Amino acid sequence: MREALARVRPGPGLVLVLLSLAASLVVVAYMTVGADGRWGFVLPFRGTKVASMLLIGCAVATATVLFQTASDNRILTPAIMGFDELFRLIQTAIVFCAGTGTLGDPRLRFLAETGAMVLFALLLYRGLLDRAGRSLHLLLLVGVVCGVLFRSLSQFLQRMIDPTQFVVLQTGFFANFNTVRPDLLALAALGVLAAGFGVLRLLGRLDVLLLGRDGAVALGVDHRRTLALVLVLVSVLVSVSTALVGPVTFLGLLVANLAYRVMPTYRHAYVLPAAALIAAIALVGGQFVLERVFALNAALSIVIEFLGGLTLLVLLAKRAR
Amino acid sequence: MAGSLTRGGGPGRRAGLVLAVLSLALLAAASLAVGVADLTGAGILAGSRIPRTLALVLAGAGMAVAGVIMQLVAQNRFAEPSTAGTAESATFGMLLVTLLAPGAPVAVKMLAATAAALAGTALFLRVLRAMPLRARLTVPLVGIMLGGVVEAASTFVATRTDMLQFLAIWRSGDFSTVLSGRYELLWLSAALTVLAYGMADRITIAGLGRDASVNLGLDYRRVVAGAVAIVATITAVTIATVGTIPFLGLVVPNLVALVAGDNLRRSLPLVAAAGAGLLLLCDVLGRLVRYPYEIPVGTTMGVVGSGLFLVLLLRRTDRHA
Repeated sequence: MREALARVRPGPGLVLVLLSLAASLVVVAYMTVGADGRWGFVLPFRGTKVASMLLIGCAVATATVLFQTASDNRILTPAIMGFDELFRLIQTAIVFCAGTGTLGDPRLRFLAETGAMVLFALLLYRGLLDRAGRSLHLLLLVGVVCGVLFRSLSQFLQRMIDPTQFVVLQTGFFANFNTVRPDLLALAALGVLAAGFGVLRLLGRLDVLLLGRDGAVALGVDHRRTLALVLVLVSVLVSVSTALVGPVTFLGLLVANLAYRVMPTYRHAYVLPAAALIAAIALVGGQFVLERVFALNAALSIVIEFLGGLTLLVLLAKRAR
Repeated sequence: MAGSLTRGGGPGRRAGLVLAVLSLALLAAASLAVGVADLTGAGILAGSRIPRTLALVLAGAGMAVAGVIMQLVAQNRFAEPSTAGTAESATFGMLLVTLLAPGAPVAVKMLAATAAALAGTALFLRVLRAMPLRARLTVPLVGIMLGGVVEAASTFVATRTDMLQFLAIWRSGDFSTVLSGRYELLWLSAALTVLAYGMADRITIAGLGRDASVNLGLDYRRVVAGAVAIVATITAVTIATVGTIPFLGLVVPNLVALVAGDNLRRSLPLVAAAGAGLLLLCDVLGRLVRYPYEIPVGTTMGVVGSGLFLVLLLRRTDRHA
């Protein structure tokens, strides 16, 4: 069936070219439509927005595909497993414990948060994936409930924090696709770049992981070690995207599953860039449509949440069949 | 379960009930005593402390009973109003009626919320029926996702109409604004709890499934419809007066089931007492932990409830593994 399809469908390279074209088209449209000649203001203003959306798309898509490969399923995503909320909790806890005095510089704080995130994600999720790895539904439910727990804990801590320190947290907390953090952009780009380098070195092993845990072990892949490496990369990527825009639960699920659909191959060298490009198209294109066509602001994450929830329900129903 | 249907619940249940009622009395006394204002102040006890304590007892008992009924109807240990789309739908209903008829009396708003909660729960049960394979953990997952989709829809409507603040009030349970004259609707939930007690045997049989119930001569559809109506109304009343109380209906019945079994007539008093007790405990803790400020019970309950839910989830799997 798949071979028959592959003959009529375009090859993976062509799909990538088409996706890149679509992505550039969307970016150009977003940058230029409705500018009314005020280029001096519009280009830098929209430029930072586009840059952060591209970074976020890249981070979320890569993190999701990596996580799905390592945990051998297509339903779980880091965001659904509570990674975003864990990062939020760490942000809050650091301000709660250390105050804002020593960590006044947002960039320094971001580094501390990412470090803590890598540590805690490894501690919490490696054991969980190892122990409950056989039951997808259990993992999924545990992840969702973990997310609620982390969110409630951050709310709890936020209530305990000194109001002046809470203001510092707040600047990062009410971020969305419209109010990006230019102060973190360079650092975030560096984080994505570093993670991308790590992914490049893992590419071969990732493809082998698709054979499942036993198949991968039989071919000489150290499963535990690879899982740990993937979790480190995922934690860095989630830190970047959450610090920039806050939790986006279902974006990864949507773009990863779309990428599996459009790509005629399972090789990560093709699937990963495809997912990142689709995320870019979805974010920039979605923002373009909402801002310029419907004149709605700050609604994109809600639309994604709505569509993503439906997608997950459909995926669950299909799996049950 | 069969044993507990024919005989009592054994000494465990009776001791549990005595213990629950005793600690309930203690907690109620604590709830009356804890607060910023001096108790001798005019009207503090009658106007604020007694109403707040009563509201806590009524809401806690009601939500716990709603949870246990939902678990029997969905034939799943992890179902409750906030994992079945009921709470989110009720909030959606409140939002719509507040938008369409801002001046409507509270009773009308509550009716609208109840109707929405009923529709949401019916949709949840319909989706469950459509799933051919009803795995134990799929049920709460589907419910949580459905709730998420409904929640995204209400967030979308609220951002367009400047109603986000109202939404935040309904979404997070808080008893600090309860005064004499503002909580009396909760007595309706007490009446429904008594009604559920009257239907207890029929609901217990319905919990055995459609085929078993019909074999035993039960009008399955009518009993389930009645049970769902009770759950929806209790949820809507609670949200309209004090806001959403997450996971209470999930945790309490599961803990009670350890000592009292699944016969609703025998376990219901214990469930109600334990639910009231746990909510009182969370509220008193929230009042003490950052005295003289308060942490809303929705947040405290979110931490305690999701933590206990995780323990239940992972404990059960260890046993089955």
